[in-house]
Amino acid sequence: MMLEIKNLHVYYGAIHALKGINFHVDEGEIVALIGANGAGKSTTLSTISGLLQPSQGNVTFRGEDITITPAEQTVQKGIVQVPEGRKIFATLTVMENLEMGAYTQRNKKQFQKDLENVFTIFPRLKERQNQLGGTFSGGEQQMLAMARALMSHPSMLLLDEPSMGLSPILVEQIFEIVQDINKQGTSILLVEQNAQMALSIADRAYVLETGEINLQGSAQEVLHNPMVIEAYLGGH
Amino acid sequence: MNTSPIVLLIQKIIKKGWLGKTFLALITLLAIWQIIVALQANPSLFLQQVINGLQLGFVYALIALGYTMVYGIVRLINFAHGDVFMFGAFVSFYSITRFQLHTWPQWLFPSIPHGLGLIIGAITVMAISMIACALLAIVVERIAYKPLRSAPRISALITAIGISFFLEYFAALNFVFSPNFITYKRPVEVVTWAIGLNGITTLGNGKAPPDGTILFSNIALIIILTSVLLMFGLQFIVKKTRIGKAMRSVAYDKQTARLMGINTDAIISTTFAIGAALAGAAGMLYAIAFPQIFFWMGIIPGLKSFVAAVLGGIGSIPGAFIGALIMGQAEVLSAAYISTPLRDAIAFSILIVVLLVRPTGIFGEPEREKA
Ligand SMILES: Nc1ncnc2c1ncn2[C@@H]1O[C@H](COP(=O)(O)OP(=O)(O)O)[C@@H](O)[C@H]1O
Ligand SMILES: [Mg+2]
Repeated sequence: MMLEIKNLHVYYGAIHALKGINFHVDEGEIVALIGANGAGKSTTLSTISGLLQPSQGNVTFRGEDITITPAEQTVQKGIVQVPEGRKIFATLTVMENLEMGAYTQRNKKQFQKDLENVFTIFPRLKERQNQLGGTFSGGEQQMLAMARALMSHPSMLLLDEPSMGLSPILVEQIFEIVQDINKQGTSILLVEQNAQMALSIADRAYVLETGEINLQGSAQEVLHNPMVIEAYLGGH
Repeated sequence: MNTSPIVLLIQKIIKKGWLGKTFLALITLLAIWQIIVALQANPSLFLQQVINGLQLGFVYALIALGYTMVYGIVRLINFAHGDVFMFGAFVSFYSITRFQLHTWPQWLFPSIPHGLGLIIGAITVMAISMIACALLAIVVERIAYKPLRSAPRISALITAIGISFFLEYFAALNFVFSPNFITYKRPVEVVTWAIGLNGITTLGNGKAPPDGTILFSNIALIIILTSVLLMFGLQFIVKKTRIGKAMRSVAYDKQTARLMGINTDAIISTTFAIGAALAGAAGMLYAIAFPQIFFWMGIIPGLKSFVAAVLGGIGSIPGAFIGALIMGQAEVLSAAYISTPLRDAIAFSILIVVLLVRPTGIFGEPEREKA
């Protein structure tokens, strides 16, 4: 097991946002975490990243307990999050955004290698490297946010609703890229409301509802589960 | 409900801020008119004022940068910043008078050319003031502001005012600095040049300048040159270095900056330190220009620089610079052409007008809502 979440409880004041969830991601997998708005998906990712501290439970990564590792040290462990809403630095250029992604990477050669890799995956960014991030459209911002995350050379990528607000064609493109990144050896935890798309590329999936995991299995099993079809796939 | 057209019109005027804008336009026109009249009446007097205003404006710029950088990164108006400026002036005073630090090159290398020795010595003193102020700001930030980072903004603001009083009266203690006015010993002698159409003459002691000339001193030159160099340095740090880019990221979005592995606390400390170092340099330059120092000396220049930062758009570095140059000119020109006692009132009424008409200042953007 690469990433293991055990009995995780998270509160926002009195709101019990995660009620003891358990799941894991194996080396090389794409695991989807699907659920409706407000289910606790972003809370889960933020807790793994260390932006939030759980009141109970553990996050273990490659055998190391990283539950209380603060967010700024999580990157160095090899986990990086692409946050919901992309959150690119609008006042920084594309290149500067990428440099911030590589903030903990002090080795110039490795930086150049990561940069080349990122430009191969996202060729449009190379042409526009001197533009401000804020001038990008939603889809471009999503690509920039993923590129920025890849600059830290992660072994695990946490993606928070990459399809949010994008046209179907763009979603298709983004998900193809996610698969490519996975084939290069990066494990992926994919958080989505778009269950159809997420399940189409995932190996396994978990369904999160109001802070609890109510269903899990291979992507195929989850895709054909009557409850999932009813609640997330428009009941066809 | 029936609202009369007059009420509607008044509401519209209020909503669009027409009154304020008309008022601002009138003031601007009046100021331009006055400037043209003054320029025609006595061009050399006017140019003299502009140079004096430039000298003052650059000092304000160095202070204003600290206000704006700190506001940009933690949304705090650091009212203790003016006192850091005072601290810088005092540190440079003691380095020069008590410890003779500006003479070290001559002691160590007796054969060094006098001028070069002085320059190196003065730069050393300035560096010491800057470092001392940076350390002071780091300590203040850690002790007073950091614990309040997630508290309501007003708490940190009130704390800043408290720190300001603390620094002033701490500095007034006999065993710290001094409760009295102190005459500042300049590390360099003043040389004044009279620049006229017939060339440049160097003025000796007590010699009256020829008619129609503009006086320019090595002090003005030092202030302007040093400020410009420091500002280029700051620009380089903010735009080109890893720390500078991290500062901009943290100013934009702290959470995401943390996800990138940026230690936001360290970056915030650094920002305080850089702003304070600039204020320390400004303190020394100000004392060289107006050679009398006092534990309250930071209040008025601090407030004026704060106005400059708001005028330029708080949070914006070019804004602080432009705002400070405008404030320098406004102060000197109103002292020369309107009334010396009124000059501070005029400077602060700029703040009121800006807040009424364009609270975001010249370069400011409306605040983004953050999650
Ligand atoms: N900063 C916050 N303060 C208080 N409650 C929050 C906060 N963020 C999220 N919540 C609550 O926690 C629950 C889970 O939210 P979230 O993790 O954002 O869900 P999702 O990402 O699945 O849409 C929701 O009920 C939400 O209202
Ligand atoms: Mg969410």
